[in-house]
Amino acid sequence: MTTQTAQAAQAAKEERPLLSVQDLKIRIQMENGVMHAVDGVDFEIKKGKTLGLVGESGCGKSLTSRAIIGINPKECETTGTIGYDSADAADSELNLLSLDPKGKRIRSIRGRKIAMIFQEPMTAFSPMYTIGNQIMEAIRTHRTKNKKEAKKIALEMLGKVGISDQEKRFDQYPHEFSGGMRQRAMISMALSCNPELLIADEPTTALDVTIQAQVLELMQSLQREFGMAILLVTHDLGIIAEMCDEVAVMYLGKIVEQAPVKELFYNPKHPYTKGLLKSMPRLGGEKSVRLDSIEGSVPMPIDMPPMCGFYERCKDRIEGVCNVNAVPKTDISDQHTVRCFLYTDRPEGESP
Amino acid sequence: MTKSILDVVRLNKSFDVKSRKKLWAKPTRVQVLNDITFQLFEGETLSIVGESGCGKTTLGRCIVRGMSASSGEVNYYASEGERIDYLKLKGQDAKKYRKDIQMIFQDPYSSLSPRMSVYDIIAEPLIANFKLRKSEIDDKVTEIASQTGLNVSYLQRYPHAFSGGQRQRIAIARALIMQPRLIVCDEAVSALDVSIQAQIINLLKDLQEQYQITYIFISHDLSIVQNISDRVAVMHLGRIVELASTESMFSQPKHPYTEALMSAVPQPDPERKKDRIILEGEVPNPANPPSGCHFHPRCAYRTDKCVQQVPELREVGDGHFAACHYAEELNLRGVRHEEAKHA
Amino acid sequence: MRTLPVFRRSKTEALKPEAAKDINYSSQWRLMYIKFKRHKLARISLYVLGFLYFVALFAQFIAPYGLQSYDSKYVNAPPMTVRFIDGEGKFHLQPFVYELKSARDPETMRKIFVADTEKKYSLQFFVKGEEYKFLGLIPTTRHLFGVEEPGRLFMLGTDAMGRDMFSRIVLGSQISLSIPLVGVGISFVLGLIIGGISGYFGGWLDSIIQRIIEIIRSFPTLPLWMALSAAIPPRIPIVTMYLYIVIIFAFIGWTDLARVVRGKFISLKNEDYVIAAKIAGVGNTKIIVKHLLPGFISYLVVATTLAIPNMILGETAMSFLGLGIRSPATSWGVLLQEAQKIENVALYPWKLIPLGFVILTVLAYNFLGDGLRDAADPYKK
Repeated sequence: MTTQTAQAAQAAKEERPLLSVQDLKIRIQMENGVMHAVDGVDFEIKKGKTLGLVGESGCGKSLTSRAIIGINPKECETTGTIGYDSADAADSELNLLSLDPKGKRIRSIRGRKIAMIFQEPMTAFSPMYTIGNQIMEAIRTHRTKNKKEAKKIALEMLGKVGISDQEKRFDQYPHEFSGGMRQRAMISMALSCNPELLIADEPTTALDVTIQAQVLELMQSLQREFGMAILLVTHDLGIIAEMCDEVAVMYLGKIVEQAPVKELFYNPKHPYTKGLLKSMPRLGGEKSVRLDSIEGSVPMPIDMPPMCGFYERCKDRIEGVCNVNAVPKTDISDQHTVRCFLYTDRPEGESP
Repeated sequence: MTKSILDVVRLNKSFDVKSRKKLWAKPTRVQVLNDITFQLFEGETLSIVGESGCGKTTLGRCIVRGMSASSGEVNYYASEGERIDYLKLKGQDAKKYRKDIQMIFQDPYSSLSPRMSVYDIIAEPLIANFKLRKSEIDDKVTEIASQTGLNVSYLQRYPHAFSGGQRQRIAIARALIMQPRLIVCDEAVSALDVSIQAQIINLLKDLQEQYQITYIFISHDLSIVQNISDRVAVMHLGRIVELASTESMFSQPKHPYTEALMSAVPQPDPERKKDRIILEGEVPNPANPPSGCHFHPRCAYRTDKCVQQVPELREVGDGHFAACHYAEELNLRGVRHEEAKHA
Repeated sequence: MRTLPVFRRSKTEALKPEAAKDINYSSQWRLMYIKFKRHKLARISLYVLGFLYFVALFAQFIAPYGLQSYDSKYVNAPPMTVRFIDGEGKFHLQPFVYELKSARDPETMRKIFVADTEKKYSLQFFVKGEEYKFLGLIPTTRHLFGVEEPGRLFMLGTDAMGRDMFSRIVLGSQISLSIPLVGVGISFVLGLIIGGISGYFGGWLDSIIQRIIEIIRSFPTLPLWMALSAAIPPRIPIVTMYLYIVIIFAFIGWTDLARVVRGKFISLKNEDYVIAAKIAGVGNTKIIVKHLLPGFISYLVVATTLAIPNMILGETAMSFLGLGIRSPATSWGVLLQEAQKIENVALYPWKLIPLGFVILTVLAYNFLGDGLRDAADPYKK
């Protein structure tokens, strides 16, 4: 291949998203019906960028993030496509869902190309082995079998995440670490193999707010250094505003709105997004203002008829329209989409 | 000047933790609450904020006598104005006055007895304290249930049939049925979804207006605290480090910890300047507190005096208390009142 | 002032029949029952045990012979086959047995029994037999089935004294099945009270009780039982002996239950809802009964059910060694005494049949306990 075509090929590759989820559906058989926990989710993550997946409990965001590396329990029936395009030719243009969840291929990607950190750092580590041992295990699985080299890398990583006294900490057990330090150790383990994508599932929910600030800062600086993409799953809109380039709002298994971060906060379209933003008290806002709440509570997505999942709680609902048909996606702009009948006859967006 | 309803004087609570390493070593004393002193005024909402290990939950429980304090006094001013030594109440007196101070717990899944119907849960305090006819109990339970937004026809169900927000409403109904004058809300909305939090906060505000209830609102969420409180107390490692009106504290805090807390909260506003104060180091361990001012290891403004001397909680402004040697000199950053840019 | 809906607890929708099946209205017991029904093995075990206890209740009626009857003509006789078709191939509606006559085995020269096809005895129901007291109250001579004199019916063979094994097994079940129940019942009460005190009040009382429990548990069970059994005076009425045995077992058995109860009390008494009740002014007794007890009664039931097999095996072992039930009473363990001699087992294997019943009962209780334990926490997903 000539340099020109090679360059063009390279440029084309840069354009392609790193992760491309299409029509992801996860169904779980329950006692009283089939729960559509995730019901047709599409999104893309570009290299080096951060996508926030925000929603409340029961919206399906955790299941979605776990489906990417295939760690959902076997009761979850997953369909759709999860396209992964690594910089490595060996792992480019893959459909992650087509891989055997217990097979070698996905295991070589898990931890090496795509890493994940969880909410509860205590349960992510085994209490039987030292932290250093566990980080080394990850390194020796994916990077190098040499013990000495692996230890060197592990110590380096511990230092990078701001853990002082690395030699001493290396030989300590998880329970000897505080919550914030454990979370950092988990980040260092996740990053020890230079992943291209980091999935963070509520990484700071269990931490104190001052520690949370430290960890978020750390994640951002590491992202700049390693050039990795981040899928940030959380319910905290404040964290989303700080960390993300793009945001997808989930409700009852569907993405109801997706936009670049500023657009979402300053020009929200979906009634749920608007309701969420209005119901959050702000620091520095008007004192004692009465919060605008969303009435009702989240229903269970079991055997739901085709209609908008937010219908019961929506202040702007249209009877006869919103409760009889499944809601199509509408483009507000080329980067902003929304699933709402209020926008389906806008001139610039055509419902597919 | 509004009346005082509660006077907490030098409240202390410590635990003796047995050493895990040496079998016969003397147990270490962990001081969870350290000479807590403050006044609570009738009808106000006082929030107590702090991070894990600061003792705010223990403080709440000691006040309602869910836990016994090691020393100190809680003086309660009852409806007729008489002063009651609340912690030392026994027998008939205890029965008479304990109804006035109730609590709502954080976890809506463990604060309701799973084997009792919701009706029984709400009616229980009533039955334990008053002798009423069945129809009277029915009426009272219905009234409270509808006021807290519960569907009356579901009262015979069991707690597991309800969502987190609804269970919290049940907990509120249970606390409310005795018509208390003071309710301690221990992280009452922390375990709920954001959209439900707003509902419950609004409910609490409505009930306060209707029944003239005083709240002690324990939380770690500063945004909610600013919205709901009249005054705020910031706790750090068992001590109150700052106590002031909400307005005063948020516009200009007088303690470095408060400043750091406020700046650490991520705000749902992408354009907000991110010049955060990032504290170094870990949240300290109450079993092994630093010398002098407990906050000095993480404080950007520390001096030698801070390492050696414990600062007293003293008045540094009108009704504004701070426990810092340099409270008057430091010019700390508060939260700016910004116009909301979005819808 | 808005009008509130009128609510009368007696008229709520919870009392409608449909509500009984609605999981929202289901109390803990109902949820447990639903979960239990799904455990097939447990259900079958329940029926099996039900059947065994039913037989034990009407033992004297069901057994063709009493404890005292024997026939020295039929020592060590094998089980008789109950037939419907006779030697000529004729079908009889009424089942019958052939008389056994002694003969000599041509090869071993041992005394054996063969069926005498000449002498047929029909099986009859509600036959007249020995006198006994039905349910211990009404004297009667009717038995469920049997054969007319001078015929003999030995469905499971006889022992070394010519006593019918079937009758002895059925009659023995009364003791083998009831001692564990009574023993465990006493353990249960003891364990509940002592464990409850230990757990709820804590402190030095708890420490003392725990040390006592540990001391009791550190004794090797078998020697302890043997020592206590040897202390029972030799010639005492059956009832007294029965009581002694039961008390001995209960004395050791309560420690397990006490620990379960104590553990549960400790873990539950700091639950939020208990503290909430305290703050609301609910009294100690009410808290224990309404909040704490329901929380672990299911575990108690399970622990109790699983303690019963222990007692069954204990009593069987004791009686087997001659230290438990003594004649004229009998239990499965006593019946197994004859199995101590290897030639007995080799030549007359039907003497091991009581063992099968012991195994069956122990298994049934274990499966039942399993099912109950699975159902015990209906809130566990």
